[in-house]
Amino acid sequence: MEYRKDYFTGTQTQDLTEVGVTRQRSDVLGHVTGKTQYYADRQFAGLLHLKMVRSPHHHARIKSIDVAKALKVPGVVRILTAKDVPQNIYTILCLIQVEPNDEPVLAFDKVRFKGEQIVAVLAESEAAARDAAAKVKIVYEVLPAVFDVEEALKPGAPLVNEYHGRNYFTYEGHHCRRVRYGDVERAFAKADHVVEEMYQSSPIEHAPTETTGCIVVPDQNDRYTCYSNTQALYFTLDNTALILNSPFQKLRLVGGTVGGGFGGKVDVITEPIAFLAAMLTKRPVKYEYSREEEMQVSSPRAAERIYIKDGLMKDGRITARKVTLYVDAGAYSRHSPYGTTKAAAHMPGPYTIPNVWVDCHCVYTNRTPSSAMRGFGVTIGDFALEVQMDKLARLIGMDPMEFRILNAYRDGDMKAHQKQVEGAALVECVQAAADLARWPLCDRSKTASSLKREV
Amino acid sequence: MTRKRGRGMAAVNYPTGMNLGGDPSQALIHATTTGSFVVTLSSVDLGQGLKTVMAQICAETLGVPTDNVIIDTADTDTGPHCMGTFASRGTHRIGNAIIMAAKEARAVMLEVAAEELEVDAGDLVTDGAGAIHVKGSPQKSISIFNVALAAHFKHGKSISGRGIFLQPRSYPEPETGKMTPATCYAHACTVAEVEVDTETGEVAVLSLKSAYEVGRALNPRMVEQQIIGGAWMGISHALYETTEPYYPDRAHGPVDFNQYLMPGPGDLPEFANVVIERPAADGPFGAKGVGEMTANSPIPAIANAIFDAVGVRVDSLPITPEKVLRGIRALNA
Repeated sequence: MEYRKDYFTGTQTQDLTEVGVTRQRSDVLGHVTGKTQYYADRQFAGLLHLKMVRSPHHHARIKSIDVAKALKVPGVVRILTAKDVPQNIYTILCLIQVEPNDEPVLAFDKVRFKGEQIVAVLAESEAAARDAAAKVKIVYEVLPAVFDVEEALKPGAPLVNEYHGRNYFTYEGHHCRRVRYGDVERAFAKADHVVEEMYQSSPIEHAPTETTGCIVVPDQNDRYTCYSNTQALYFTLDNTALILNSPFQKLRLVGGTVGGGFGGKVDVITEPIAFLAAMLTKRPVKYEYSREEEMQVSSPRAAERIYIKDGLMKDGRITARKVTLYVDAGAYSRHSPYGTTKAAAHMPGPYTIPNVWVDCHCVYTNRTPSSAMRGFGVTIGDFALEVQMDKLARLIGMDPMEFRILNAYRDGDMKAHQKQVEGAALVECVQAAADLARWPLCDRSKTASSLKREV
Repeated sequence: MTRKRGRGMAAVNYPTGMNLGGDPSQALIHATTTGSFVVTLSSVDLGQGLKTVMAQICAETLGVPTDNVIIDTADTDTGPHCMGTFASRGTHRIGNAIIMAAKEARAVMLEVAAEELEVDAGDLVTDGAGAIHVKGSPQKSISIFNVALAAHFKHGKSISGRGIFLQPRSYPEPETGKMTPATCYAHACTVAEVEVDTETGEVAVLSLKSAYEVGRALNPRMVEQQIIGGAWMGISHALYETTEPYYPDRAHGPVDFNQYLMPGPGDLPEFANVVIERPAADGPFGAKGVGEMTANSPIPAIANAIFDAVGVRVDSLPITPEKVLRGIRALNA
């Protein structure tokens, strides 16, 4: 890695001694010698294992649940259903006013995606818990399911989530998060070219080495300690207290060693039910996703479908950008309403475009709920925007680097969300990457600067 | 069989911290009797090196060596609130909380040193090596070890500080989307070079050459670690990964690493990286969040390079050999 100190000279503080220098990561020796203690390395006498009975259907009504045979499996200690969960319906961002609560900890009236958790089995061994889970008998009435975001928004589509009453999240009375800046239709009418394209991504997994999980241990004084690999201790603590109707001070979260996060450990799925199980049995309880659960049941990155329509002039200026974006939230909100707003805020990318129209839809489907993942709301948008930029540059025969520099935002420009640009540095990144790749630039692009727009 | 080469580029920016703000983090700092400094957090180090960078930020602010700083974190019984480690927020939010706490602790440390040296606290400087002396008179000096002992046992003073950082929440205007999503943005540009096998549709990434503007690289090797790790994830997104290969159809979902495809070390390209620093006005020593962004620019750069190589646009991720091959066949039809 090299530094380019010739950009933004004079803006950096020079007299620092402790920052700006490389120091070895504090955990690296433990990791490479196999000595690091993860939550699952902790040993507790009398540990119970929790295994979930999961929905085999994408969408179904639960007619009955029969646990009698499962209870007879040797080693089974207790079986939990929705009736055991004090506040069974929650949503993770309720404390920052994302509403409504829309997800059961344990499903009871219906299931909304394949793999949804319904019954928790607690047993002395993993094998006993698994055997018993297989013996829980659930009768379903299969319902029609919807898997496509645009199908889900059509009239007559199966209703995925009754707590929303429709298959999308409502943003202050609007059916999507919107941005309106200038007049795109007028600009399209005057543009030399109008280019409309569609982009699509599939869900992907965080693929951590260590699967999501926790162990909850009853302390001597009616408090409970949870050893977890969560990325956010207080999300877990606060949501758990609300779900269990528990005083907050009864709960303690200990974490800090995570075998791969990438956003996959920001949900609050394993801890509340493990806390509940430990409270009801007065025994330590471990709930750990199997690799299959991590891949198919834990939240992936949302699939997104993005339509971009651009107005382009022959000289390379983009005069209008209209974006219609669909986030496939799956069956429940989790972090998707937040990510959808982030997607709207990100448009039209790091470019100054005078007319912008954005509709970002957070859509419910009968799919594994999506949630946080590295860059969500931005990563797939950038894929769409930057492939679109390549197409536009080629259409008018302009070098793609020069095209980026021409349209890149500069300090003082106005963004579509009506915030003035400060601290821009896209132009310089393009210039430096061009240098590195020996990609020739014209003089006008070489002397361009984020500090001011050349006339 | 023909292998065709192509190159493509992409440029991106990335906001630091939770979108719309409203995501506080706190830090508490206290000195031990012997002049070590304990930073108490509830933040989680995901393995990216948060603890190391936080120790560096604390040390720089206090004016002590980083080795004298202990990071105690990830226990809700002891650590003050942190929103969590996500949204490229750790360095910026927690770093700023630590600077605030360390400034308060430093003021007490200098007060005690001033009383011990019988000088004015305003005349004192730290040497960064474990001592405090009068500006311009290095011989009139006291070690931080002795300052801490004196604070505890002679003056009855707690060398400690409290810090919090909160970017106040912005509420988008529902009609227009007028909002403040973030206060600073990192930037990147990547040039990808690929080789496409026109018989199998397989894509090999030959090189990724990128420039990253990060505000300030607080620990350069850890910035590079983020860049390489992120780019690897970007290659994986672009060409390999999905839990639903025939989305929106839910069939054929992988359940283990035999079925869930990812590039291995042998699939890594040549990397060349350049770092640019334009300090953020509200960043700790100018730093911006760079963690998430590093996965983003390689994805479209690779897609554009594939088009450059074989004239096929694959506008859906991942760009599998099947999709590339179908595209090549459609061109030749």
